[in-house]
Amino acid sequence: MIIKQLSVFLENRAGRLTELTGILAENDINISAFSIADTADFGILRMIAGKPELAEKVLKENGFAVKITDVICMTVPHKPGGLHRALQILSDNGISIEYMYAFAAAADQATVVIRTDMPLKAIEVLQLHKLELLKAGDVYQL
Amino acid sequence: MIWNEHHECMERGQLASLQGERLKAMVERVYFNVPFYRNKLQEMGIEPGDIRTVEDLKLLPFTTKQDLRDNYPFGLFAVPQQDVVRLHASSGTTGKSTVVGYTHNDIMMWAEVVARSLTMAGITKSDIVQVAYGYGLFTGGLGLHYGAEKVGASVIPISGGNTKKQLQLLEDFGSTAIACTPSYAAYLGEALDEEKVDRSKLKLRAGIFGAEPWTEEMRAQIEKSLGIKAYDIYGLSEVIGPGVSMECSCQKGMHIFEDHFIPEIINPESGEVLPYGELGELVFTTVTKEAMPLIRYRTRDLTRLHVGTCECGRTLARMEKCVGRSDDMLIIRGVNVFPSQVESVLLEMSETRPHYLLVVDRDNNLDTLEIQVEVEDQFFSDEVKELEALRKRIGSNLTSILGLHATVRLVEPGTIERSMGKAQRVVDKRKLK
Repeated sequence: MIIKQLSVFLENRAGRLTELTGILAENDINISAFSIADTADFGILRMIAGKPELAEKVLKENGFAVKITDVICMTVPHKPGGLHRALQILSDNGISIEYMYAFAAAADQATVVIRTDMPLKAIEVLQLHKLELLKAGDVYQL
Repeated sequence: MIWNEHHECMERGQLASLQGERLKAMVERVYFNVPFYRNKLQEMGIEPGDIRTVEDLKLLPFTTKQDLRDNYPFGLFAVPQQDVVRLHASSGTTGKSTVVGYTHNDIMMWAEVVARSLTMAGITKSDIVQVAYGYGLFTGGLGLHYGAEKVGASVIPISGGNTKKQLQLLEDFGSTAIACTPSYAAYLGEALDEEKVDRSKLKLRAGIFGAEPWTEEMRAQIEKSLGIKAYDIYGLSEVIGPGVSMECSCQKGMHIFEDHFIPEIINPESGEVLPYGELGELVFTTVTKEAMPLIRYRTRDLTRLHVGTCECGRTLARMEKCVGRSDDMLIIRGVNVFPSQVESVLLEMSETRPHYLLVVDRDNNLDTLEIQVEVEDQFFSDEVKELEALRKRIGSNLTSILGLHATVRLVEPGTIERSMGKAQRVVDKRKLK
């Protein structure tokens, strides 16, 4: 249930993101979801990519600061209140979210990536409430 | 106008014998009062009696900034602490300052050389002098202050910064002269425009600028924007502070007050004394200072010396504007900064590695310092708030060691160039020379 997310430190510099996507493309690594947190000087690219270990290796070889972070990916109904219900569960259980972002959605389902400091507890309570969590194998294929 | 015609226009032979006499007495004083110098002279087999004339100066050992650090804080003082009436300090590489002490006579001598300097800029007791150098451990503010008082001018001890107030007093008090760093002078010029101050209301006519390197272009720009004549003053706290040398109105180099400070130019590698007119490292021996006399102190400033009576009538040797330094020290907003200080901060912090680059620039005529630090995998956090916190922590550690605000920029690993030999740690974009 724990998904390996890749975080990459990026200086705000023209062409830097393109270099990264180029390296992933050359190594046949697919990106399923990503978000960029940016500040004035730098950005952090967070992404769910196929073959995370390989992605980490090739990016490091190319001089990127890369970190693998554990996240969970949860599927919620793609309808009003769908995300709210899930978040309510986490909040009721005292689980705070560091950050989250969404996957490309299918017609009736939306998938969100969640970073929390208590991933195992989050998994437990979400499953208890019958929310669907994606397994690593599923996610990297998306 | 000459403040002290006797000493400033002395016949060179007569000056040399005065210097010889003072040197001899000074070597005796340090030999008997400063263990550091006594040991050094004994090691070299020199006794005070061996030094009789100024020609014997070359027999004596050099003193370096490192010697000052090794003897931190008062190890080089030649008088008991109760005779020291003032302490100043400047920043050093390891976070320890370089401390200098003054006796009452030293303060009087300092006021004398600054009075001579101000007189060169045409300042008299009819002037109102705004001292916009920082007052404090830095020697600029108090140095100019005492000299201006000695001249009899009305002194405004406003200190540095507070630009609006500076402009207001320039206008309301009718300051006729201002003393500050050249970069601040240029900034004030721009501020005059921004605040739309009517220049016809100002009485400012002279500026005494020093404590950092500046160019002839900057001089022209300051003279135009402030409507003044800009004079270059040189000094360093180890020798006395501002007032070691100063430009007269002929502006053909800065006259060194050689009756107090004997200059030499040496080859920085071999230590060999070079003839007048050759480029080398400037070295000073302070022959009248009581609290902390220094023998052949290596300034690390590179320049040339010229002798020959100046059109102004002074016989004092003139030094050119310094063209650089023989070490890696930077002077940023008047503060001494060594790249190794940055390195020591980064090494002390477990999250950082000593890969860094100092980028010095000038923005709105004020020096800026950006320090680029690589983000290494082991301390890369994927959360913005943690990286920001790290950036702030590095910044505040640096500020407290450097005594100067530095902007920290986190950069990707490997982007700072590694080199086989001496690493390129500094990019100075200030375009001097």
